[in-house]
Amino acid sequence: MSEADAVAAVLWIGVTMYAVFGGADFGAGLWNLFARGGEGGKRPRDLIDWAIGPVWEANHVWLIFTLVVLWTGFPSAFEAVFSTLFIPLSLAALGIVVRGAGFAFHRTARRFRGRLLAERLFGLASVLTPFFMGTVVGAVAGGRVPVGNAAGDAVTSWVNPLSLVIGALFVATGAYLSAVFLVSDSRRARVPDLERYFATRALVSAVVTGGLAAAGLVELHGHARFVFDGLKGDALPLVILSAVCGIAVLVLLHRGARRGARPLAVGAVASVVWGWGIAQHPYLLPQTLKISAGAAPSATLTTLLVIFGVAVVLVLPALGLLFTLAQRSVVEETSRPSPQPTGGEA
Amino acid sequence: MTLASTLIAARSQMAFTLGFHIILASLGVALPALMLIANYRGLRHDDADALRLAQRWSKAVAVTFAVGAVTGTVLSFEFGLLWPAFTGRFGQVFGLLFAIEGICFFLEAIFIAIYIFGWKRLSPWAHFWTGVPVVIAGLGGAFSVVAVNSWMNQPQGYSPTSGTVTSVEPLKVIFNPAVRYEVPHMILAAYLVTGFIVASIYAVGLLRGRRDRIHRLGLLIPLTVACIATPIQFAVGDSAARAIAAHQPIKFAGMECVDKTSTHVTEYIYGRCTSSGVRGGIGIPGFDSFLVGWSTSTKVTGLDAVPSDDRPPANTMLHWAFDTMIGICTLLIGLALWLGVGWWRKRDFPQTRWFLRATAVSGVAAVVALECGWIVTEVGRQPWIVYNVMRTSDAVTHANGVWVTFGLVLAIYVALGAALIITLRAMSERWRSAGEQDVEVPYGPEAGLPEVSG
Repeated sequence: MSEADAVAAVLWIGVTMYAVFGGADFGAGLWNLFARGGEGGKRPRDLIDWAIGPVWEANHVWLIFTLVVLWTGFPSAFEAVFSTLFIPLSLAALGIVVRGAGFAFHRTARRFRGRLLAERLFGLASVLTPFFMGTVVGAVAGGRVPVGNAAGDAVTSWVNPLSLVIGALFVATGAYLSAVFLVSDSRRARVPDLERYFATRALVSAVVTGGLAAAGLVELHGHARFVFDGLKGDALPLVILSAVCGIAVLVLLHRGARRGARPLAVGAVASVVWGWGIAQHPYLLPQTLKISAGAAPSATLTTLLVIFGVAVVLVLPALGLLFTLAQRSVVEETSRPSPQPTGGEA
Repeated sequence: MTLASTLIAARSQMAFTLGFHIILASLGVALPALMLIANYRGLRHDDADALRLAQRWSKAVAVTFAVGAVTGTVLSFEFGLLWPAFTGRFGQVFGLLFAIEGICFFLEAIFIAIYIFGWKRLSPWAHFWTGVPVVIAGLGGAFSVVAVNSWMNQPQGYSPTSGTVTSVEPLKVIFNPAVRYEVPHMILAAYLVTGFIVASIYAVGLLRGRRDRIHRLGLLIPLTVACIATPIQFAVGDSAARAIAAHQPIKFAGMECVDKTSTHVTEYIYGRCTSSGVRGGIGIPGFDSFLVGWSTSTKVTGLDAVPSDDRPPANTMLHWAFDTMIGICTLLIGLALWLGVGWWRKRDFPQTRWFLRATAVSGVAAVVALECGWIVTEVGRQPWIVYNVMRTSDAVTHANGVWVTFGLVLAIYVALGAALIITLRAMSERWRSAGEQDVEVPYGPEAGLPEVSG
């Protein structure tokens, strides 16, 4: 494995982490949006708040991580993607602002209306942001991003069936992951009714995600043959692994099993991300820019790998500490939902 | 849309988003330090008021950090959305600094979450220590981001200087010559701005007759930090200006409105910069030369040394920004002396309303100085994005629609700023109405199992 391949692997680690943790965060926003208004939807919304409150900020640092590794390790790819896909990436950036602000303010807002507005904005932006990010991935996989400053088509590069399907797939994947996580969180909060509530949603979103993934494969077959052939070739074991994990999660959820759903759901998503990476190897931008051609000078790559090593040593234990404390409910601020669904007053 | 028009839109959007973020970034760097000082005092001297301040400030940290995180994310998108050719060519050079900043930001996010959410459940000293990495990571993050700006002013550590970069020397990039003064200047600015902002809020409370101990302590802790930082900042800024005169003489000429290269150059305080010299303003003959080289016969490079295409635009604004920054810093040193004398005589801050009024405006004044400083360094570097290497006009995106995104960003940020201020005010009102009966006593026994609040 060359140094450039190693940095590409680091980039893919960032993409995977963001797809899993950022995706689940976006999904939590979607469930917040879909929860019924008023008292009926209040308990699931409280659970979502309680579950993602301590970790949501750390989850989104993975995006920064991915961007920085991309522009440092493969600057010409960064230039090509961000200039050709100016529109969806601008919208994603604005979505991130609205989402972050909505989440930060909805708990501090004093009046009910302000809180509702902040929550709705948070939910809406949680659906739109991953959708636009998905269209970007679709454009890259579909080979519509040529090297250079805005060298590709500003609109058709991302407004095409493949991009739109992958956009929808991103939203659905986040919703699926998040629902699976929230089933465990409900158990941790000892609210069995919400456990069933999110199990149902996990099942539905799992089926939708599977359907969209199949549609994505059809589109790849028609419009991104290189990536499709890769998925059918070197990446086939990962595609199969993802399908097996996905089906296993369905079975576990259906049976109401207490363990195993979370890691299997993560496995399903992670293996798709890596399958995509292996399918388009050795290209960074399929068939226009190879990893080796787009890579930074050797000293930069080496330093980047060293910094990544330091990050693993410093950040992972800290991140582990945060998640452990959060899972043991040592760090929490908002109250968890009450054990029994109650009518008016709670 | 022509490229020239896109350039104006892109520069406006960058200036606006960076100008917005820099306030939040300063709070993100320094507010956790104030919070920990109060926390330490509270634990060490069994001071319940100090602990309550620490807890309140930690909530302000949570909100400002969350908003700062998203405005910072926008900036990282803008490296590609607005300046793709710059990042495409030099991302492999300056990007390493952002990789370091990434680690710092990650640690900040993690430990802020642990600190904020850990008030009730961690042991007091363990909780205090979870805040310390936040302060250290804040300093590291400030170092890496400002070092990128320093590199743009004094680029080195890569070759060849034209065309595609094929080799990089990371240590030369990270420790470029401008780091020595830009980094301490910005870190001090963060502590100074944060200190004066927080102190000014409590000064307003004291002026309104809330003379309880929380308000007095809430004024004293941040004001002391800011007043220590201010004179040091003056000295660091002075040495920065001299370094710029030596290494980026045209930038310095723009800041000081020096048209022609000569000796015995007059220092102008304000005044309009015109093609035939400075109109109006207060002129001190020979003083500019003296400031640059400790002698009135020091030769100062003027704008005429380079073609007009290579000179920074908007000279009067640049000059006024520079003078305003220095003027405000001088006034704030006056405030620091006032506090120092009061403390020396009575072991307390001066008990006059005029002192409180001065402190009350110091927060806004410090923010104005901060923004002026960024105008000086950013506009002064123009027309270059990488000094003397790459023009800003060659870095800008060829995509259409930057005016549209600028409009959207403007609208969303105005709403964001308003929501942030309303939220912080609402939080402070809630604390006040809770008063001494504040149910959330730091490290206090829990009021019972948490329940959903209806």
